[in-house]
Amino acid sequence: MIRQGDRLLAFLLRNATAFLFVAAFLAFGVQAPAFLEPANLLNILLQSSSAAITATGMTFVLLAGGIDLSVGSIMFVSAALAGKVVLGGGSLALVIPIVLAVGIACGAINALFITRLRIQAFIATLAALYMWRGLGLWITRTRAMNLPESLLQVGTARPLGIPAPIFIFCAVLASAHLVLARTPVGRQIYAIGNDREAADKAGIASGRVIAIVYIISGLCAALGGLVSVAQLGAVSPTFGNQREFAAIAAAVLGGTSLFGGRGRVFPGTVLGAVLIQTVENGLVIINANPYVYPLIMSAIIFVAVFTDSARHARLSRLSRRYIRPWQAAARRVETANSGEEGKQ
Amino acid sequence: MNEDMLLEYEDIEKSFFGVRVLSKVSFALRKGHILGLVGENGAGKSTLVNILGGVISSDAGHIRFQGREYTAASPADAFRQGIGFIHQELNLFTNLDVAENIFIAGFPVRRIACIPWIDARAMRARAEELLGSVGLAIPCDTLVERLSQGERQLVEIAKALRLSARLIILDEPTTSLTARESERLFTLMKELQGRGISMIFISHNLGDVFRLCDDIVVLRDGLVVDAGPVERFSENRVISLMVGRSLDHYYPPRATVPDGEVLLEVSGLSHPGIVEDISLTLRRGEVLGVSGLMGAGRSELARILFGLDPYTRGEITVKGLRMPSGPPRAAIRSGMAFLTENRREEGLLMEASVADNIALVCLPSFTRTPSGLVDSASLKREVSGAASKLRIRSSSLDRQKVRTLSGGNQQKVVLAKWLLSGPSVFILDEPTRGIDVGAKHEIYKIINDLAGRGAGVLLISSEIEELMGMCDRILVMSAGEITACVERPEYDRERILRFALGRKPV
Repeated sequence: MIRQGDRLLAFLLRNATAFLFVAAFLAFGVQAPAFLEPANLLNILLQSSSAAITATGMTFVLLAGGIDLSVGSIMFVSAALAGKVVLGGGSLALVIPIVLAVGIACGAINALFITRLRIQAFIATLAALYMWRGLGLWITRTRAMNLPESLLQVGTARPLGIPAPIFIFCAVLASAHLVLARTPVGRQIYAIGNDREAADKAGIASGRVIAIVYIISGLCAALGGLVSVAQLGAVSPTFGNQREFAAIAAAVLGGTSLFGGRGRVFPGTVLGAVLIQTVENGLVIINANPYVYPLIMSAIIFVAVFTDSARHARLSRLSRRYIRPWQAAARRVETANSGEEGKQ
Repeated sequence: MNEDMLLEYEDIEKSFFGVRVLSKVSFALRKGHILGLVGENGAGKSTLVNILGGVISSDAGHIRFQGREYTAASPADAFRQGIGFIHQELNLFTNLDVAENIFIAGFPVRRIACIPWIDARAMRARAEELLGSVGLAIPCDTLVERLSQGERQLVEIAKALRLSARLIILDEPTTSLTARESERLFTLMKELQGRGISMIFISHNLGDVFRLCDDIVVLRDGLVVDAGPVERFSENRVISLMVGRSLDHYYPPRATVPDGEVLLEVSGLSHPGIVEDISLTLRRGEVLGVSGLMGAGRSELARILFGLDPYTRGEITVKGLRMPSGPPRAAIRSGMAFLTENRREEGLLMEASVADNIALVCLPSFTRTPSGLVDSASLKREVSGAASKLRIRSSSLDRQKVRTLSGGNQQKVVLAKWLLSGPSVFILDEPTRGIDVGAKHEIYKIINDLAGRGAGVLLISSEIEELMGMCDRILVMSAGEITACVERPEYDRERILRFALGRKPV
């Protein structure tokens, strides 16, 4: 009896995001048939690319048991610099490497704070959030910048017939997935997220791996900022504002644990990012009251974080130490069967 | 020097914060031998092997390993030099699979486009091979979280064999294994020995030590009291070597005797896998000792009694009130106080001031009605009263952070914190661990004072002498059960240790 209920709960927890996805599609599709038209679905993908790229970087950080609150500001700084360079007559071939370098530099500074100066990631990246936002405002003189056609090309180009934002997004996703699943550093990120102390004992260069994670996050944020500015054609002073929360929400919705060590970019984070965009898009199409948007978003984030902690609590129960192992063995098998986690 | 010796310890010394933990430790381990390292809790066994495993460094002395001078800067360094260390707490990543765990610090890689990719095929093949050599028949892509404790232990050994370890240290490997899993481990150890691998085996189970080991080293208070081939020893002799120390601490006498009123009564308390059928009574004015080896369930019992962990069967009654299996608030309200074993992590706010720490528990009783604000004047009076009664040495109660106090004074702060709420049942888990003799003596006096004023004290300690010196009765725990209740006239170290080892006395 209890076990059945337990299993059902585990099943729901494991697939919460998928259920939300189906529910969102059904709800919006029924209310507004236009929502399900291919053009709109493509639009959702286009609109979610920037957030998905940023969230992919965030997934690396969360997997290693950290957090990066500065990604929204990194998006802003890189977009602002891109705008300046373009307005100053720089070509696209110049803009892209500059943006990527900015992302890497911002990430490296976060990494420096966290690994060398041993500042809590939460605090270090919170400070960075204000620092980069301030720098961006300084660069833009707090004025919105309207950008010329040349930058918009990034948003409208179609390499191999695929819209550029989706193309970039797929490229980032594929590399991220391969790095996480197939390289030593990728697997060590999971190990550090699982148990930092054990990772040090095992001889993993934890500091180096953690630095890499924040640099990847900065790089992805800068790229996400570039994609976003190319779609919008303008940089306003609020550009990238609070995008860090969207990125965290997307990753967590996709099953990445805030406690570290669990999750994956594909399908997890992608699904999370697209789900958030789907709901936003659907709300617009059904003409919902704009005051309802944040309420619905908060409900989704709540579901994501709640399922994460519920999952975590289950896992902690599993890993308890037992003094009388002959009794524990039976319990362990029972619980493990009812709710194991997916393998990355 | 000697060709047959794999490892030689020569006059190794180690102190922590001025307390000598190892003094002039010397012994040798032959190639292909299994060495049993035995001693009471705190005798220095773990320190001894941690030096070898690169976890800590020694203060003086030499180690020779494979004929060469040996030092290890880190666990990874020790591993590279051929020493595998299997800790009591396993060092595996539960979210990764078995093969990845074995190779986590050194994956076989193939470079494509300058990026090192894990050579999955080579990794799996080598992992299967290593798993085969430890006799673990599971696919190597099984996640570690799905393995039993015994299987995880075997994975650790497979991991140690990755770089062809010459010496494997096993620190209490069987405490969380079932009997069958232990048997499997022992068979494997014998097999590894057949392949010329030496082992250091730390265990409280002397039966296992005698079955497996070729040599025995007995440690007591950081000294090697005897070492030699196993044939020279008997279980009885090892036990008396382990405990054979004179009473070197002074235990203050208590003026009062327990009276009849029962404060804490526990009957049939069980939680699967943790404790089984625990029954005890604690009377007014009584100091009741709980003895047992590491991992016998003493601290776990304390946590359950205080409501920090749940229980499934049985009853806990405090002064006639039944305690729920719930948060500690009920326990605190009924007059229970708990000094945790780990005061750094659980008992104290290290960054807060001494006064703030002392005030923590009793704060609600110093609020002024109806405003609900804290009456800081009377609170301050009470806090400094408690601090001076316990003779807490602090430059400023308000300003000095608890982190900067000595261990003994920190412990007194925890005591003071509970004293203010005027509890009647004290659970003290290792109250004198890591503090110097003088501070110990003061803690003993405080305990006697508490009992004298009518409180009941449940004293958990790893030091048998301390319990014999302080307690009216001693309960002995082994594997989550109470195996004996020893009354004062029957106090005998060997007898208590025997019960703790889970053996019937002769």
